[in-house]
Amino acid sequence: MAARSEARTAMSVLARVVRAGVGRRRVQTIVVGLVVMIAVTSAVLGGSLMVASQGPFDRAFSQQQGAHLTARFDAVAVTEAQLAGSANAAGVAASAGPFPSAELNLTGPKGNPVPPVNVVARADAGGTVDRISIVEGRWVTGPGEIVLATGGRLQLPPDVSGQRWTVTAARGARSVTAAGTGGSASQTADAWTAPAQLTAWTAPDGPRTYQMLYRFTAADTAEQVQAGQTAVAATVPAGALASAVSWLDVRREATGETILLVPFLIAFGVLGVVMAVLIIGNVIAGAVSTATRRIGILKALGFTPAQVVRAYVGQALIPATVGAVLGAVAGNLLTVPILAQTNRIYGTSDSGVELWVDAVVVGGALVMVAVTALAASARAGRLRSVDALAVGRTPRPGRGQWAARLTSRLPISRPLTLGLAHPFARPVRAVSIVAAIAFGAASVTFAVGLGTSLNRVQEVEDIADVQVGMPREFGMGGPPPGPREPEQFDDPAAIEKVIAAQAGTSGYMGVARGEITAVGIAAALDVVAVTGPDSARYYQMVSGTWLTGPGQIVVSTPFLTAAGKQVGDSVVLNDSGVDITVKIVGEVFNTDSDGMQVVTDIATLRAAEPELAPSTYYVTVRSGTDAGAYAKALTTALDPAGAVADPLNHEPDEMIIIINALTGLLSLMLMVVAGLGVLNTVVLETRERVHDLGVHKALGMTPRQTTAMVIASVVVNGLAGGVVGTAVGVLLQRTVITEMASSVGFRLPDSVLDVYSPVELLFFGLAGLVIAVVGALLPAGWAAKTRVAVALRTE
Amino acid sequence: MTASLIELNDVTRRYDEGPPALREVSLSVAAGEAVAILGPSGSGKSTMLNLVAGLDRPSTGTVTVDGVRVDKLGEAASARYRRARIGLVFQFFNLLDDLTVADNVMLPAQLAGMGRGTAQRRATELLGRLGVDRHASAYPGRLSGGERQRVAVARALMNRPALLLADEPTGALDTASGEDVMRLLTELHADGQTIVLVTHDLVLAETCATRTVQLRDGRVAADTAMERVR
Repeated sequence: MAARSEARTAMSVLARVVRAGVGRRRVQTIVVGLVVMIAVTSAVLGGSLMVASQGPFDRAFSQQQGAHLTARFDAVAVTEAQLAGSANAAGVAASAGPFPSAELNLTGPKGNPVPPVNVVARADAGGTVDRISIVEGRWVTGPGEIVLATGGRLQLPPDVSGQRWTVTAARGARSVTAAGTGGSASQTADAWTAPAQLTAWTAPDGPRTYQMLYRFTAADTAEQVQAGQTAVAATVPAGALASAVSWLDVRREATGETILLVPFLIAFGVLGVVMAVLIIGNVIAGAVSTATRRIGILKALGFTPAQVVRAYVGQALIPATVGAVLGAVAGNLLTVPILAQTNRIYGTSDSGVELWVDAVVVGGALVMVAVTALAASARAGRLRSVDALAVGRTPRPGRGQWAARLTSRLPISRPLTLGLAHPFARPVRAVSIVAAIAFGAASVTFAVGLGTSLNRVQEVEDIADVQVGMPREFGMGGPPPGPREPEQFDDPAAIEKVIAAQAGTSGYMGVARGEITAVGIAAALDVVAVTGPDSARYYQMVSGTWLTGPGQIVVSTPFLTAAGKQVGDSVVLNDSGVDITVKIVGEVFNTDSDGMQVVTDIATLRAAEPELAPSTYYVTVRSGTDAGAYAKALTTALDPAGAVADPLNHEPDEMIIIINALTGLLSLMLMVVAGLGVLNTVVLETRERVHDLGVHKALGMTPRQTTAMVIASVVVNGLAGGVVGTAVGVLLQRTVITEMASSVGFRLPDSVLDVYSPVELLFFGLAGLVIAVVGALLPAGWAAKTRVAVALRTE
Repeated sequence: MTASLIELNDVTRRYDEGPPALREVSLSVAAGEAVAILGPSGSGKSTMLNLVAGLDRPSTGTVTVDGVRVDKLGEAASARYRRARIGLVFQFFNLLDDLTVADNVMLPAQLAGMGRGTAQRRATELLGRLGVDRHASAYPGRLSGGERQRVAVARALMNRPALLLADEPTGALDTASGEDVMRLLTELHADGQTIVLVTHDLVLAETCATRTVQLRDGRVAADTAMERVR
């Protein structure tokens, strides 16, 4: 009975000590709460990104019940009833359609034409197959509206809803409003409209094609999909099936598009989570270790080591819990728009943070706080009371003596030299501040570097400004369009002459595309045959040299890996049955066709295809030239040759928007947290040193001199943290980017790796100093305001 | 008549809700005097010292030292006033343990903008005069109590203050060290230094002071000129 009462009393005393600790040390309580809040926000965001980036295509395909086969039928050769009946073909598990479809020419709101698009008429976005996820706006409600597809050929800027688009080369209403944007993992269309609208556009003959979407009971291999296609084709009149696309081809292409994005986003996610862990550990350990003297007093009063540990774990957990809950709320709110962006890219329909992510992050953060507080307070709890009481007072004499001597000789005022020498007298405390700053500087350096690298990857793909090709006419009569094969130029020399003569031309490259095989590689390979004086500028070299003539190829890393070759080796290609031995002269960064694309001079392939000519020219305009106006003028100039020039869309990519937003957000959060870490430590230190500050002031130190001394005491830490953090950040960026690219089989060019300018590095290094000074401003102000008489009484 | 160095007029200092620590005290100290403020704990001795040093401000009344209205000074001006006119000696020395003896002594001069070389020469001279020059490079923690107080006095004299204020300067010392410090203060006064010391040690007061002021419950209970005991 007595023992129970004693335990109750002990608990009550413990609770009072915890409450007093939380209430009296308000700054520390607020800092711990804020740090945990920001860390949890960052971890929720990071964790959600990691989840969203796990197999995005497969998840999107599964969420949407994607079509294993997207088939297009000739409307003249088959009836809607026959198509509906094809759903009963062997192996068909579900189907959708028939949906009327047509290839139409669209012009964007700014008057820029886009390549012909496949428009499908669907009454709704749902159904048993290919449930289109609305990314922005809404589905069409009737004629006059269109929903544009994201993730496909149309590179759409944000906020498309409500924009007026124009349908050219079509009858009926020419103007149409974008009701919204939608994502189809199966990429079944470039745009959707209401059936009545498509009928109006294709009148009087009506739509020339129908789309049918099928899911098969087995569709894991190309053979299984082909078997399904054969079974479907058998249910309709011969020749009715105009074209069909397997989901495996769509998957390969989609995965290729996000091949580098996924590891980038995962890296951002990991950054958020890891920084959260490190920062929580640092701040909590710092907070508890600076309370060692108080722990000594508690022990002197009769607290057992276990009670001390419980008191401090409780004291850390109270603000941490509040911070974690608020952080989870903030993380959820911030994640929603970010997920909307990943949905745009991946075609997924993730609506919010997975509950388990919240639970793991909040639980993990609190466990982290508890474990760190436990370890730090257990150490303090084990100290003898007399030692614990001595901790945190004036540092041991003689420590950092060399620094004091060195700084005292500097030709600056004494308060500054006193401050500068201070960290050397308390090395452990100084390391804690340096660590907080270094974490911040490293994170910012890494985040900015990661974002810049990704921007550079995009830039590599966006070198050309204008594309020149032969016009494609899609009249209402004639046969349905087949696979899109660009038409070769009849007189490429004439085209090149016009391009070269056009004002504003900076460089150009002609391209012919085809398919070849290579000895040692089983699958067929895409080949890009280039011509023109400036082809080198359209590719970034990783190693070796650019093409200098026929008989040479440049390839990217996956090709070299698959073929077991290296730069300098020869390889035998086969084009149209003709063997061509070529030398690999260079390794380029090229993610097209998953890196299995061969780039060569057009003359190389003429050994097999003597008539081969470019089908597309890519043109780069001079700096300051408007690509749209240039394209218009070039089209006019090319009119006699029958070619047209289209500006290439350089609107900010969704991916870049995400990365830039994340970079900004994470950098800001991590800098704030680093500043809070400094604030926390300097506040505690200022409190401990209040007596010494009183002495300084009694001897005539003015408030300004006091402020200068406190701020100077973090200058060395700030610079050291900035330098260390920047170096670590750069190292991390290079290592992570290289590993990320390597994980998907690529090596990166120097332009993607070397993203920091000396000025930027200086800025990041000085950012550590800024973090330190900002973190120390508040406590420096307090120190300056401390009344001498009060400070001198503080013992 | 010698001009007043310190002039307290109707000074009251009240803290929070309690009774005033000082009540309408008026006091004048002439340059060259050595005044001992005596009284039991809570009588207002330290409060008076803090007001004269500019470490605290009176609730009412005026404090003038060497022509300066100390009660009107802001924080920065009060710091400048202290380093120009006041030398402070504390009971527990208040030496900064992370600075060497020499650095402690030089600090007030350096805060006032004196160059390191000049400060070093002045500190060496003072430490030699007070007999602790052999400890110049040592840290205060290695010195005896008496030696520490000598260092503290050297620091207080660094800027040649018009007024030396000492708060229980022998309170933390053993008898021998205490006597040592008493001798030192007497010598300083003999050299013309104005001294105000706060103590409840009558022996110290009789040895060092030419005048004693007795405080009781925040009021001046007695103000006596005395023959110094040699």
